[in-house]
Amino acid sequence: MTQLDRLPLHSTIPGILAGRRGLIMGTANNRSIAWGIAKAAHGAGAELAFTYQGESLEKRVRPLAEELDAHVVGHCDVTDGATIDAVFGEIQRLWGKLDFVVHCIAFSDREQLTGRYVDTTEENFTNTLLVSCYSFTAVAQRAEKLMPDGGALLTLTYYGAEKWMPHYNVMGVAKAALEASVRYLAADLGEKNIRVNAISAGPIKTLAASGIGDFRYILKWNEYNAPLRRSVTIEEVGDSAAFLLSPLGRGITGEILHVDAGYHIVGMKNPAAPDLSALAKE
Amino acid sequence: MSDVAERVKKIVIEHLGVDADKVTDDANFIEDLGADSLDTVELVMAFEEEFGVEIPDDAAESIVTVGDAIRFLDKATAS
Repeated sequence: MTQLDRLPLHSTIPGILAGRRGLIMGTANNRSIAWGIAKAAHGAGAELAFTYQGESLEKRVRPLAEELDAHVVGHCDVTDGATIDAVFGEIQRLWGKLDFVVHCIAFSDREQLTGRYVDTTEENFTNTLLVSCYSFTAVAQRAEKLMPDGGALLTLTYYGAEKWMPHYNVMGVAKAALEASVRYLAADLGEKNIRVNAISAGPIKTLAASGIGDFRYILKWNEYNAPLRRSVTIEEVGDSAAFLLSPLGRGITGEILHVDAGYHIVGMKNPAAPDLSALAKE
Repeated sequence: MSDVAERVKKIVIEHLGVDADKVTDDANFIEDLGADSLDTVELVMAFEEEFGVEIPDDAAESIVTVGDAIRFLDKATAS
């Protein structure tokens, strides 16, 4: 058995982020993928700061931040540039510079995350793209200034950006735009040694996922049909994120890394997988 | 108190940080126990995990009191 095999489950290679400082944006609670990434980054030696959006999330984020001896640098509503400026101003006061940013932010009207994409309204389309795609670019603009020695930006996407998924709708369009922006940001910021990547995580039951129609069906479908025959955990996404953010990932930018138990390579249903039609809505 | 009721109340007490004597069958999560809309979603997820059942969205919307949750889960775990 190798040393790695003996690492306890949910453990990250210690020290790969030692001395690094990172901002975690978009934590809702202890099921959040942002929290999985934060735990892994902390386990790998990083010092962290969290933002929260509004009071109801503040009361959830503060105790989590405390668990990791992390800073809380304030309210950030990505539709309000002044709050993004304030957060990065606070980071500058606190640390002077920044090594990485993890962006786990998306939003759409849940009534439009069910049924047909074609019925998306202009208002919800605009807001979904603003919150779920442009916000990463807005964050990159601020982060660039605090990364004179290079750094890493990471966002979260989903396979619904590449292929049609039931009910994912305008979020799939927003994630496609987000993935394209990862490539453009990577090209722009590469000469400053700022790397820009995304993790395309398999479905995970988070608060955000609870807004997606038929989520259980999607989750089960993945469990039965992914090559590893299971779904992924926030800890697994966290460990892969820690790798991408760390010097171990120093040659990687503009990449969409699938942490999805291999689901994205599958072309059709596994013939041995059970029938899930009972789980799907009419 | 049934086993289901006991487990439901334990989850509610822990999640919302409220006194056990406030968690009666009639207690409304939002009005009586101070839950916000995220708490209600989180509670449903916690019930699903504890009881290994699935609570569809329309059923979740009708669970507004502790008793509603107990009745739903009693039925769901009996079948």
